[in-house]
Amino acid sequence: MSATIEVRQLEKSFGSVRALDQLDLTLEPGEVHGFLGPNGSGKSTTIRILLGLLRADSGTARIFGRDPWDAVELHSRLAYVPGDVSLWPKITGGEAIDLLAGLRGGVDRTRRNQLLERFDLDPKKKTRSYSKGNRQKVALVAALASDVELLILDEPTSGLDPLMEREFQACIREVKAAGRTVLLSSHILAEVEALCDRVTIIRQGRTVQSGTLAELRHLRRTAVAVVSDGDATTVASIPGVHDVRSEEEKVHFTADDDALPAALAHLLPLGIRSLISTPPSLEELFLHQYGDGYTTSVVTGGRRAQ
Amino acid sequence: MNATAIAHQRNHRSSQRSAGSLTGTGHLFRFALRTDRVRIPVWALGIGGMVAYFGTVIPLAYPNQAALQTRASIMQDPSGALLTGPGYGINNYTFGAMVTNELLGMLAIAAALMSIFLVIRHTRAEEESGRAELVRAGVVGRRAPLAAALLTLLVANAAIGAALGAGLLSSDLVLADTLAVSAGMALVGLVFGGVAAVTAQLSEHARTASGMAGAALALAFLLRGVGDAQALGGSALSWFSPIAWAQQTRAFTDLRWWPLLLCVGLFAVLLVIAVLLIAHRDFGAGLVPARSGRGNASKSLIHPAGLLLRMERGSIIGWLIGLSIFALLTGSMGQGIVESFEAQPQLAAVFGQGAGGNVLRATLASFTAYFAMAVAVYAVVSVNRLRGEEADGRTGAILTTSVSRTRWLLSSLAVTVLGSTVMLLGIGLGLGVGAGISVADPGLAWEFALAGLVYLPLVMSFAGLAAVSYGVLSAGRWWVWVVLLASIIVGVYGPLLNLPEAVSNAEPFGLMPRAPAGELDPVPVAAAALIALLLTTAGVLSFRRRDLEAG
Ligand SMILES: Nc1ncnc2c1ncn2[C@@H]1O[C@H](COP(=O)(O)OP(=O)(O)OP(=O)(O)O)[C@@H](O)[C@H]1O
Ligand SMILES: [Mg+2]
Repeated sequence: MSATIEVRQLEKSFGSVRALDQLDLTLEPGEVHGFLGPNGSGKSTTIRILLGLLRADSGTARIFGRDPWDAVELHSRLAYVPGDVSLWPKITGGEAIDLLAGLRGGVDRTRRNQLLERFDLDPKKKTRSYSKGNRQKVALVAALASDVELLILDEPTSGLDPLMEREFQACIREVKAAGRTVLLSSHILAEVEALCDRVTIIRQGRTVQSGTLAELRHLRRTAVAVVSDGDATTVASIPGVHDVRSEEEKVHFTADDDALPAALAHLLPLGIRSLISTPPSLEELFLHQYGDGYTTSVVTGGRRAQ
Repeated sequence: MNATAIAHQRNHRSSQRSAGSLTGTGHLFRFALRTDRVRIPVWALGIGGMVAYFGTVIPLAYPNQAALQTRASIMQDPSGALLTGPGYGINNYTFGAMVTNELLGMLAIAAALMSIFLVIRHTRAEEESGRAELVRAGVVGRRAPLAAALLTLLVANAAIGAALGAGLLSSDLVLADTLAVSAGMALVGLVFGGVAAVTAQLSEHARTASGMAGAALALAFLLRGVGDAQALGGSALSWFSPIAWAQQTRAFTDLRWWPLLLCVGLFAVLLVIAVLLIAHRDFGAGLVPARSGRGNASKSLIHPAGLLLRMERGSIIGWLIGLSIFALLTGSMGQGIVESFEAQPQLAAVFGQGAGGNVLRATLASFTAYFAMAVAVYAVVSVNRLRGEEADGRTGAILTTSVSRTRWLLSSLAVTVLGSTVMLLGIGLGLGVGAGISVADPGLAWEFALAGLVYLPLVMSFAGLAAVSYGVLSAGRWWVWVVLLASIIVGVYGPLLNLPEAVSNAEPFGLMPRAPAGELDPVPVAAAALIALLLTTAGVLSFRRRDLEAG
């Protein structure tokens, strides 16, 4: 089966602002895909092109194999939750949910009512009196209660409390178990780590990394701290071991993923008294990608290729 | 800490609190002036320029006293008084008397509208958008936003007052009376700014707050109109209207200043009410708390037209009630109109129609055109609301469902058609029923019931123009208002303006057949329908091509 979302070399400018610059993104059916990047990097712009709200300047965007511009029929197969939900005044939250889901093609009433309970939302309140989090819940319930193949979520949990965040994660797991596809743009790394099969990281409108989390972790070195009877600094002779320094009796170094077995084999005969190995945290990974000095590179299968 | 220190601290705090409610006013005031630095001069230039223009063309249109007296007798007629003023100086009509009697009422309404928009824009609209929350979290007191808005209001009304004065002086009018007219207009502006300051505290929604203040303005117009139609110089009813107070100075006839004190007094009272209300409500809230509603949507809500109608319902009903009442009152002066025409047959010639029952029909048919202008304003406002929906991201939410852009825009226009239709029906019925009762001829109600619909295609052409401006968006919407306001001004003041014939003849409301007085010529109506259709198509096509602003 072909990709649910396929974006190639997408470009979009607003006047002189270049919002997207050669962006690539692929979502396979059934996966939960994290879409990450610093503020203003072009995530929402990409999503709005995929929804047919904006027209791309060049490049291709395909959703269910079709160009999203002028393909409103596709919208009955997807649901969208923006990060900042604005609701119609004068109607209630329950009415807004029915409206959004109904215009999409129908609402599963039992699921809707279950969701209202799970998210602890009073559907009889006027939308104007909802807090930010409750407005967000209205859009979430409307999306999750719709019978659709694809969920496009742009920072869907902004403003949700931790309990609701947990409920949201449970819902997404159920969605995934049901074989549906999710595009999840988020700044909450724990959420991404808990939910996503694969992630795409963009910066300044350009894709800088794409792959599974495990593959991305490969790109960073593992940090090791060791206390041994023998001189551990000799580990520096192993190819792929970097930054060796000793601090009192401890020796610190970092190792490329593939160099780790060799490094350990080198250390073992030295009589290890303690060893701490820290895999790269997601935070570290992202800070590295988001941060300035980073040069873009094309990524295939999670490996960096020039 | 000893007792004295605590007391000292408490004192310090409370004194800080009382002064603090106005803290930051200066900053906000300067910011508001900056925001309005184009709007205020445009209003002032518009008003000053229009008056100066009238000053040059009226002597041309009414070159001698006889011509002026013909004009005066139209104004003496109840229907003339209803639309203009109390008729001071009518026996020896001059340009000055004309200004006070015919122009001042309209200028006062313009000032009032400017003031209502200004105050709501700087108070409730800011609060509703959430921007004011950021501001109030700074070193800004509870009453500072209102105080800044009111200072801006003073500046704006002073500016339009000065512009009006300059325009009148350039036509060689007396200084004292000119001052009275300018001050009268500016004070009516202040009063309705004050009304808006009160309504801004009552409702959470800026739109509702402007609507309430607008309704108060419509009521003031109505009271003055009916009161002035009852008697020369106005009846007791007139004195309930701030607009009448400005005209009651009898400027350029027999000047007296004290009616303006009523404006000042009412403004002060309104300010006190607004300030008291602020103390009794939470930030962002109205005085009436939101009730809860139904938990499930009815079927009728779940399509775009249903949703839009739900949003628009209140304003359609408001416009419908206002226009219908006004039409009923206008119609009920039918008897008076017939009598004055019988007394002065030369007037019939001015209205361009035969005598007798036809004069009544012709006059009421002209009024239908004026009312249709108001419906066209509604139609443009109604289409323009799409902009707000889009900017707030709600249109984006709709367009990511199975609703296409074409369907969304057409649904919106369908609601506009529905609203315009019921209003035109209400106007026709109001005029017909009122006139029918007045001259004891129930048949008039049926004759007029559908007459207003003649203007529906024209009204929808203006809606179509607004749809094009929405579709293109980057081109702005001001030009739609320019076209509509030019049509209205030429239509209402036509002969006064001394315009080239080609321009007067192109005025679209005048091109429509005068049903049911004249022959029902289908050509202009069909042409307007075709134009409406073309503009709608252009609007849809351009909307389908462009990027959505937000969502
Ligand atoms: N309508 C617009 N007009 C002008 N510039 C825009 C518009 N929409 C987006 N931009 C610009 O495009 C760039 C990408 O914005 P976008 O909203 O896609 O970022 P984002 O990745 O979603 O950021 P965030 O994480 O803050 O939501 C930004 O520089 C933004 O200022
Ligand atoms: Mg975004």
